[in-house]
Amino acid sequence: MSSPTTAPAKPTQSAPTTPEFFQVKVDGRVVVVPRLSPDWRGQLVPTTMIQACFAAGVMVPHYCYHPKLPVAGNCRMCLVEFGTPVLGPDRKPLLNPDGTPKITRAPRPAIACATPVMPGMEIYTNTPTVRAMREGVLEFLLINHPLDCPICDQAGECKLQEYAVDHGLAASRFVETKVHKPKQVELGPRIMFDAERCILCSRCIRFTRDIVGDDALGILHRGSYSTIATWPGRAFDNNYTLNTVDLCPVGALTSKDFRFQMRVWFLKETKSICTSCGTGCNILIGSRENRIYRYTPRQNDAVNSCWMCDAGRLNYKWIGRPDRLKEVRGPGGQTRVWSAVLAELAHRLGQAPRGSVALIASARQTNEELFLLKKLATRLGAITDSIPREGQADPLLVSADKNPNSLGARLLGLCYTEMGINLPRIAHGIEQGAIRTLIVFGEDVTRHGLAPELLARLDTLVVSDILPNATTALAHYLLPGCAHAEKRGSFTNVKGRVQRFFKAVEPPGNARPEWEFLAELLSHLTGQPAAPSLEALFNQMAQEVPAFHGLTWTGLGDTGLEAKV
Amino acid sequence: MIVRRDRLTIWERLYLTAIWGGLKVTFRHFWRTVVRRRPVTVQYPEEKPVVPPGYRGAPYLVRDQTGRIKCVSCQLCEFVCPPKAIRITPPGPEIDPTTGNVEKRPRQFEIDMLRCIFCGFCQEVCPEEAIFLMQDYSLTGLSRSEMIYDMDKLLRLGGVHLDPIRKWERKAREAQAQETVPPTLP
Repeated sequence: MSSPTTAPAKPTQSAPTTPEFFQVKVDGRVVVVPRLSPDWRGQLVPTTMIQACFAAGVMVPHYCYHPKLPVAGNCRMCLVEFGTPVLGPDRKPLLNPDGTPKITRAPRPAIACATPVMPGMEIYTNTPTVRAMREGVLEFLLINHPLDCPICDQAGECKLQEYAVDHGLAASRFVETKVHKPKQVELGPRIMFDAERCILCSRCIRFTRDIVGDDALGILHRGSYSTIATWPGRAFDNNYTLNTVDLCPVGALTSKDFRFQMRVWFLKETKSICTSCGTGCNILIGSRENRIYRYTPRQNDAVNSCWMCDAGRLNYKWIGRPDRLKEVRGPGGQTRVWSAVLAELAHRLGQAPRGSVALIASARQTNEELFLLKKLATRLGAITDSIPREGQADPLLVSADKNPNSLGARLLGLCYTEMGINLPRIAHGIEQGAIRTLIVFGEDVTRHGLAPELLARLDTLVVSDILPNATTALAHYLLPGCAHAEKRGSFTNVKGRVQRFFKAVEPPGNARPEWEFLAELLSHLTGQPAAPSLEALFNQMAQEVPAFHGLTWTGLGDTGLEAKV
Repeated sequence: MIVRRDRLTIWERLYLTAIWGGLKVTFRHFWRTVVRRRPVTVQYPEEKPVVPPGYRGAPYLVRDQTGRIKCVSCQLCEFVCPPKAIRITPPGPEIDPTTGNVEKRPRQFEIDMLRCIFCGFCQEVCPEEAIFLMQDYSLTGLSRSEMIYDMDKLLRLGGVHLDPIRKWERKAREAQAQETVPPTLP
């Protein structure tokens, strides 16, 4: 589209502008694409051929391209053939005798990830030339690639394996000696690097430099001896290094924590939410037979894009701790049965005079549990609060609020905007003898102003928790709860997004999800039947709480919905 | 395809002809067993039948001629085993210096011989030629737990299998020969 070089100030009539949406044909299928699409930063740039192919539902194999990273174009795997419409001298498309636009096939292929589309372009992804190119690229990649599939962690999720099966040759022509490079290199405190397996797509370099902002990796040497390394004097230890393990299409970068733990095809992947801070990154819990092996991030463009921080990723081991609370304990310390304890507890709480009950609910409980706790508190006339948890934030994902559901606690009325402001009142009340019953859910209150001597003055101390601590040791009624991986529910993140998560593993022993036994307790207290399922409970909560109006459990989907904050 | 159903001849339709045919078989067996003294049966367990090569007996793990355990805990056999008789515990992240450049060796490898159906899929899928179905067909035990063979027992029963290729040693030799040429990381 060239405009005349004379008189640049005058707008030219003869230069046609490209329309905002136009048609492109991919393998004969017509698809309408926008002229500009958001790039890895969200800025609008010309739509590339690979985006048009994905829009048409055609999968073009690629290694170095990633929608969330700047385009590099070095792997050459996405080479496709294309044709552009022939334009006449009047810049109008020429037509064939049968009325279809005349297309000139380009004499050489183009990489789909970096070539912009034009109106009327035709993309061919399955011609004999394209198939031969893919075979060629794979053959070159496999020349020095080690025969490590039996010992490589990436087996089962390795793009080289997948494309070799789909697009590669069956037999190898390679008879020379492969180039050997360092293996089992500790690139960072959490990353193991194998230089022989690297296909030099540079995804890890681009991620660390552009997304995290920590320019730590680069390529040393050249040709067949090229290797990824950290720059001298810099360590590869930022809080997002394990995302390069997700990004790496082969097994060159692997997680030291997950190394040789389990083959990925055995892992059941459950959609869940990370609970290490208020951001609520969407994750997949990889588990097998009630043991959790790893967390991997799920894509959610509204929350965490495709990433998660290392601290949250490695924070799953406590779920399988052997000292988890497993049994219901009654007064006197003996093991009890749920049904008996809940009935007894309901009776005891029902007799507590109004104003003599306090309830401390953790901001790590789910929305549904906090909703039921609020109902309980209202019924008993209890003074409520939560415990704040602050930490270090960072510009990318990590929130300063280390509770996954602070906003949920506030919206459901369990605490004021300033969390923890009621705790001195509760402590004072216990000291004066005004508060005789304390219900604690998911917190160790001895660390937040309620010393054990104070707790000893209570008539009834009801504690529900997951791991034993000083508060659970003093409890009259101990109700073992579940970790987020062992129950279903929803959290509200710091930005007001309500996201749901599912159950991955079974809770240990007799532990039950808190919403289940709370619903039963409330039904004993109030005489009204409990909500029959979690979905019904969520929908009930959405109706009764103004901030959650209009939300439904199924409506939350995979990416969540915004609450009316 | 069309199945021809020819009409039986008059002799074939006669009852006694069929009886005579059966008697011929009986007499042939009688002659063979009593007169020529070559019975088809074998006095098991004093005499044992000859097991042909390629017989699918019990699966065992093998070592190669240098004594290295060939299994690298890739868990393909565990995945492909139809009755899920194989249970492997992978080695975990601790680097084991005894594995050399092979890097991986199972921490525990159990085959429940009562679940095993002797199909041979594990042998077929193993990329390291580490598990073979051998000649044992009579496996006995006094309890179910006794019939879960662990790695020591499987290796002991498997013995040594000659490996002419020796891929890992060859890789280690090549890497050593290239030591000054490939880059080392600073």
